[in-house]
Amino acid sequence: MSGHRHNAPESDIALRVKAIEQLLTEKGIVDPAAIDLVVDYYETRVGPRNGARVVARAWSDPDYKARLLAEATPAIAELGFSGLQGEDMVALENTPEVHNVVVCTLCSCYPWPVLGLPPVWYKSPPYRARIVREPRAVLAEFGTRVADDVEVRVWDSSAELRYMVLPMRPAGTEGLDEEALAALVTRDGMIGVTAL
Amino acid sequence: MDGIHDLGGMHGFGPVEREEDEPVFHHDWEKRAFGIEFFTGSRIGTTGDKGRHAIERLAPATYLTASYYEKWMLALELLLEEHGVLTRQEIARRMAELVENHDG
Repeated sequence: MSGHRHNAPESDIALRVKAIEQLLTEKGIVDPAAIDLVVDYYETRVGPRNGARVVARAWSDPDYKARLLAEATPAIAELGFSGLQGEDMVALENTPEVHNVVVCTLCSCYPWPVLGLPPVWYKSPPYRARIVREPRAVLAEFGTRVADDVEVRVWDSSAELRYMVLPMRPAGTEGLDEEALAALVTRDGMIGVTAL
Repeated sequence: MDGIHDLGGMHGFGPVEREEDEPVFHHDWEKRAFGIEFFTGSRIGTTGDKGRHAIERLAPATYLTASYYEKWMLALELLLEEHGVLTRQEIARRMAELVENHDG
């Protein structure tokens, strides 16, 4: 990332964005109040807690899990999560034999309704370049050791189709309700760079 | 299109750098950039695909060194000009005015 000065008058890019917003506002193309609303929505209303609820439901309800794996988009919508950048979802089940991990090698495609906006590392050249060539090495950097006899599948997202990983339910969680289970689910677990 | 954006499998990149407790946006301007991008495409008759294509048309060195939302804004400038909405000169002029007002 290029270095941004924080207390300097204003960085070139901050100034550029302000100029563009003003000019587009004057032309009636954007409305600053509408921008405030959409920013607030993606900062506070959408994020990995949504995906965690999907995972917890799948762990608790075998019928739901079957629907999720068969056709993820409507199953996810059952919990109220749908919309932009999640129009066509696929859920990938981790098993003792298969570990799934998701990337967008070409850009930054990510399932917004269930995970929110992607972290910087997901959009960064090192992750995009390396996860498809040496997934086990990258997973190890995330502290994830995948046994040699477990197959690693790397899924490359596209503008049309977005993936989320259904992690394996941790051992010893049999007595937990959905809310307690959801609290165990992490963003990185649903990208597939970590196991739970 | 075979360009620098097609990073899958390329060699030479270092470790994946992560940030603990990363915020959704790192700067206020990123929030504004996200919101501008969110609304502008459909208002000027372009599409997400064209937006991505515009990012892919950035110079390779820019592509690798600019931050994510910087790339969005540079690509948006390209599209605004191509769609006859705003010129780079207009944007530069407004930036200069903002600096003057800030200093004044």
